[in-house]
Amino acid sequence: MAKVTQDHLNVNGTKFTIDDSWLGESLLYTLRERLGLYGSKNACEQGECGSCSIMLDETLVCACLVLTGSAIGRDIKTIESLAPEGSLSVIQQAFVDAGAIQCGFCTPGLLVTIEDFLDDNAEPTELEIREAISGNLCRCTGYGRIVEAVRIASKASTDMEGAADDGN
Amino acid sequence: MTATETYKVGARSGVGVSSQRPDAVPKATGEFSFSSDLSSHNMLWGKTLRSPYPSARIRNIDYSEALAISGVHAILTASDVPGKNLFGLEHPDQPVLADDIVRYAGEPIALVAAEHPEIAADAISRIHVDFEVLNPLVDAESAVTADPIHPEGNVIRHLVIDYGDPTSSGDVTVEGTYEVGMQDQAFMGTESGMAVPSPDGSVDLYISTQWLHSDQKQIIEALNLPEDMVRLTLAGVGGAFGGREDVSMHVHLCMLALHTGRPVKMIYDRNESFLGHVHRHPAKIWYRHHANKDGLLVKVEGKIILDGGAYASTTSAVLANACCFSTGPYKVDNAQIEGWGVRTNNPPCGAMRGFGNVQTCFAIEAQMDKIASALDIDPVELRLKNALEPGDQIITGQEITGAAPVKEVISSLADHPMPEPAINDLLARPGGTGRTTDQKHVKRGVGFAVSIKNLMFAEGFDDSSEALCEVNDGSVAIHTACVEVGQGFVTLVHQIAEEILGVSDITVIPADTSIGSAGSTSASRQTWMSGGAVLKACEAVVVNLIEQIAEEEGVKYENLDGTLVSEDGTKTIPISEALRGRSFQEKVVHRHAPTFPLDEKGQGNAHVSFAFAAHRAVVDVDQELGLVRVVEIATSQDVGRILNPIQAVGQIEGGITQGLGLAVLEELVMKNGVIQNANFTDYLLPTALDTPPIEIASLIEEPEPGAPFGAKGIGEPPTISSTPAVVAAIRDATGLDLRRVPVRPEDIALE
Repeated sequence: MAKVTQDHLNVNGTKFTIDDSWLGESLLYTLRERLGLYGSKNACEQGECGSCSIMLDETLVCACLVLTGSAIGRDIKTIESLAPEGSLSVIQQAFVDAGAIQCGFCTPGLLVTIEDFLDDNAEPTELEIREAISGNLCRCTGYGRIVEAVRIASKASTDMEGAADDGN
Repeated sequence: MTATETYKVGARSGVGVSSQRPDAVPKATGEFSFSSDLSSHNMLWGKTLRSPYPSARIRNIDYSEALAISGVHAILTASDVPGKNLFGLEHPDQPVLADDIVRYAGEPIALVAAEHPEIAADAISRIHVDFEVLNPLVDAESAVTADPIHPEGNVIRHLVIDYGDPTSSGDVTVEGTYEVGMQDQAFMGTESGMAVPSPDGSVDLYISTQWLHSDQKQIIEALNLPEDMVRLTLAGVGGAFGGREDVSMHVHLCMLALHTGRPVKMIYDRNESFLGHVHRHPAKIWYRHHANKDGLLVKVEGKIILDGGAYASTTSAVLANACCFSTGPYKVDNAQIEGWGVRTNNPPCGAMRGFGNVQTCFAIEAQMDKIASALDIDPVELRLKNALEPGDQIITGQEITGAAPVKEVISSLADHPMPEPAINDLLARPGGTGRTTDQKHVKRGVGFAVSIKNLMFAEGFDDSSEALCEVNDGSVAIHTACVEVGQGFVTLVHQIAEEILGVSDITVIPADTSIGSAGSTSASRQTWMSGGAVLKACEAVVVNLIEQIAEEEGVKYENLDGTLVSEDGTKTIPISEALRGRSFQEKVVHRHAPTFPLDEKGQGNAHVSFAFAAHRAVVDVDQELGLVRVVEIATSQDVGRILNPIQAVGQIEGGITQGLGLAVLEELVMKNGVIQNANFTDYLLPTALDTPPIEIASLIEEPEPGAPFGAKGIGEPPTISSTPAVVAAIRDATGLDLRRVPVRPEDIALE
């Protein structure tokens, strides 16, 4: 029989007690099938498509390549934490506004990736945007509207910062 | 308009504006439920045992060891199929589970249901199948005369088109043999679903698919159950592109759920997804084009062989498209075309975006460039000279009665400005930062290609879609069985209902089999078919509304652009206001104009409507290393009318990118019947860096008669001529012949 351990997963600021039978599962499986956080997607489970992108201790990783046991005690952030319930983050809103979503399967992974990218590079060039998202495969959009969404989000963020600076 | 313009989704709805997808926000937050996100209390996980061999006889299956594993609840084989052990999209020729013979590597043999996916996988590895391995038939050309691999023989269809005078000839002839590799739809959300059994022996299947009713028909035959005992509901679909038109896990899930009495969920991993759905037909195409000295086409001779793999799927219809449009968007008075769709022990092939037109377009456009070169005519000029016009016939003798702005499509694209010269940025070089291209070795090339695509089903198929419009006190609910795969039909439902009824409180009821068939989300047909059904259902509500008010007030009304105006002109009331406090339920079935089968000479009015597109590709090539960077693809497309600009651009950019993939990246590499690269490490999808900015030179809006709002389907044309445009550009840069796609580095560097 599986035993409840003293181990915890810290996901989106919530502490989850985990069963020791989960330790050998991929973090993606645990997030999805054990904790019901289905926002991270399983498209290749080989680290090639970026659909399961999450933040692990502030580092962008593919959850499919992380063993649940190795994520214990670390800070996990998934798509579900991007904005408080009922609201959208700047990049989420930009995806909606730019028409960057078709089937939407790649969307959560892209959003987590881009959120991280814009933190490091607030005003990227088009090639930098394309490079940053080249680890996230999308089969529907041809990336045009996604690149556009990143531009919109980048502009919105720098505008907001500008406004905040003016306020000071 | 150009794609570099900023499009922004607006709050306003109605037809012709970029209204927001109703599923955009849940998809952005991760809340949207895909078929892989389903779960249920007491749920089991299903898994499939597949043949490792492309051709073998099954002597024995021993699953006693697997069944003894704790947590394994069922193991099923062919003898457990309750009804007919056959399914198929066009006709049933494929076993649900292989009985005595396997005909392709990946063919399902046994099913497991277990408490955990890893237990199911363990059980699969402990099922012992005793195979007598046979020699596979893997060459499509020899399949025509080889010993049959299937009781129905190896030739699925042989089609001849005999048009005009076979003895005619021109001043110049050009000849070539071309090959197209096996492309995969590679949708991001792999096959997945859940079957939930009921105590009465019926089953509910929640599944990602393209056509619920076709699935249902095939499932009930295999389960030997009446229609009302197998209910299908669409679960969130992660892309499709043709690869979900055939049944995959559908019957398997239902069998496991009915056998165990518990809900069963399945998700194919990426490897299994590559084995579990049909692919684009590999093709071998020979052409001899005859033209007069002015460059006008005189005659086209062609032979087309499509490798259908082990089972029929839609091979017959794909071959018809390949043959009917084997002369492209060009007028030619004489054509002798012969096509074969054959069975081999390769993986089954069927529908993929572009459906037969992709394969021939690649070869046709190469031939057109050869004619241009032989006669020293500009390739764009040559295409303009030969472009089809309304009133012309295609080679099946069918007259083009609708919009055919082929010349406008070509000219508007040719007039579009060219991109800037290469910039000095490593990321912009062929091969990117990871390779060693020296800018000095990079040569630029430009290629141009044009395509034709038939819209909707053909050859006499009774094609229909049903829609229900329910109005309750100003709220509208629309129900169809039309599958949303990402293309944006759900947005269109909102737009059409708002356009006709003026209300914004609109609900799209989930697609299921409790309403009549909507047909498949394929063949660029749902805007016309299910969009048309929704339009008619909304219009029927307005007709009833007008009758009701007339009866109440004793005065006739007519509908003027959404406002009801009394006959005497004294009273006006917007439809949205008039609907308040009233209820309506209107269900309609929409059909397009009938089509007809092809006769023995391949002649007949087999198609409904045609759409045209042109693509211009600019590439940078390092010939020494064989590396290609596509710098830009520009396009013009015949769209009839744009119903949602941002969604139209999304379809065009996405479709072009799949065409680019076939040109330089994507191929399922086969070795003696076995796929060598069934994963995303080795099957190369275009990334954001492989994909260039896409320029939309022009979207030609010439309304199509008979189409709702005059709108043509727009999903497929972008995928068709983008491939030959990219290859033509590589030829232009390198001077190489390049008769095969995808063009691989060795095809450039080692030639």
